[in-house]
Amino acid sequence: MKLITAIVKPYKLDEIKEALQAFGVQGLTVSEASGYGRQRGHTEVYRGAEYTVDLVPKIRIEVLVDDVDAEDVIDVVVRAARTDKIGDGKVWSVPVDSVVRVRTGERGADAL
Amino acid sequence: MASAITTLAADAPTLSAANTGFMLICSALVMLMTPGLAFFYGGMVRVKSSLNMLMMSFISLGIVTILWVLFGFSLAFGTDSGSLIGWNSDYVGLSGIGITELWDGYTIPVYVFAVFQLMFAVITPALISGALADRVKFSAWVLFSALWVTVVYFPVAHWVWGAGGWLFELGVIDFAGGTAVHINAGAAALGVILVIGKRVGFKRDPMRPHSLPLVMLGAGLLWFGWFGFNAGSWLGNDDGVGAVMFVNTQVATAAAMLAWLGYEKLRHGSFTTLGAASGAVAGLVAITPSGGSCSPLGAIAIGAIAGVLCAMAVGLKYKFGYDDSLDVVGVHLVGGIAGSLLVGLFATGGVQSDAAGLFYGGGLAQLGKQAVGVFSVLAYSLVVSAVLAFLLDKTIGMRVSEDVEVSGIDQSEHAETAYDFSGAGGGISSRGTAAPAPVAAASKKVDA
Repeated sequence: MKLITAIVKPYKLDEIKEALQAFGVQGLTVSEASGYGRQRGHTEVYRGAEYTVDLVPKIRIEVLVDDVDAEDVIDVVVRAARTDKIGDGKVWSVPVDSVVRVRTGERGADAL
Repeated sequence: MASAITTLAADAPTLSAANTGFMLICSALVMLMTPGLAFFYGGMVRVKSSLNMLMMSFISLGIVTILWVLFGFSLAFGTDSGSLIGWNSDYVGLSGIGITELWDGYTIPVYVFAVFQLMFAVITPALISGALADRVKFSAWVLFSALWVTVVYFPVAHWVWGAGGWLFELGVIDFAGGTAVHINAGAAALGVILVIGKRVGFKRDPMRPHSLPLVMLGAGLLWFGWFGFNAGSWLGNDDGVGAVMFVNTQVATAAAMLAWLGYEKLRHGSFTTLGAASGAVAGLVAITPSGGSCSPLGAIAIGAIAGVLCAMAVGLKYKFGYDDSLDVVGVHLVGGIAGSLLVGLFATGGVQSDAAGLFYGGGLAQLGKQAVGVFSVLAYSLVVSAVLAFLLDKTIGMRVSEDVEVSGIDQSEHAETAYDFSGAGGGISSRGTAAPAPVAAASKKVDA
């Protein structure tokens, strides 16, 4: 199994969700995140005082998938998240040892 | 018709139901300015100290009201003694005043005048609080504001507005409080911050406003309430001067907002929300002393000048290194000085009084008087406020610990959090019906 994590632009969330549902992904976890990449931050001005805001708001999406689906799911997310502009984010996957469905105690691929 | 009424009123004032009703409404409008100011300031601080900022204004409605009834009204508007202070034992506790007794020379009851002026006394110390954001013990602030209104505001209100007060007799024009309220509060703010020092992280940490919508809401309430503050200060509507003041209040505020926005667009590249709100307040401050003596075109000039001056002045704190946190000096002191001095240039001599300013053929005489008013109140308030802050700092301490300041004054001083958006925040009640209550309650008892 793989854990796919995507850091994306907040307003892209709905498109990504729909694309994942269309692909057949059963569930996902979303959290608000902030950070920066090559995009860096932006400047804000309050009564003439300039603040450099390094950390820009992002959405973190986490999906657990079977090994065979991992690359396809990554493609789905990347396609939906892309705007071709700087700051589109990143997607990566890491191997996962075990997964348990809390309600039933099912393990491994059955728990997905 | 208007002049006939004026003559009649001047000859033998009788109680006017219209003026009395109008002034009661104006008093309520001015009351609303203090919560408005609380929002204006509260939105500008970081979230961890937003409740404290709101409370520093709101508490003034409590403290100053009681002091005003007990002795404040008497000190400010009682019989003059030495041109410096008033006293009238009938005013103590507002207990010796007949309910139909008229304020001398006017058509409204003394009670109405007393409550209208009370609202001015309430908002003035609240204005100071913006400079002291994030770092002052609430108990010290309560004590400071009680002492400050007693030894600074009540006497200064007497100087400026009390019959026999020395600035009043000199002929200084301060229609609604540019000197008595705004210069007074701005100078006090400067005096206090020079004593208590900067916030931890001033100039190093980003200190962004946590809620600009709250700031806009506050500015809107201030603008609305200010019509009562300004137009009501003529204490009636028999001769149209209050209406001129009303119009000029709107006009100058509009001009100042546009001027501030224009300045920052040129200087910093954007039209900011905070700039619009701040510009509006700067215009309101500047028209406060001057709106009863200038024309609407004069009001545009006064507003525009104040808008640009204040927009420039808010940067001074970084240059000179004093932490005027929310720009009480930059907006209220500078705006108040601008408005008070501009009376000397823009007074037409045809509205509030026949004293004309420089641009209307009146020479420099009025400007000179205005300058005396400005600098005497500035110096008195600055020095006495600094001394008060110094004495309180040496005795009970003005500031919270650095630890408390960094983690947020709201929790240590008020035991509250402004916003709870988190479902996982949680907590256990020691008094409620939650199951673990007995344990928590028991441990609390042991502590006590």
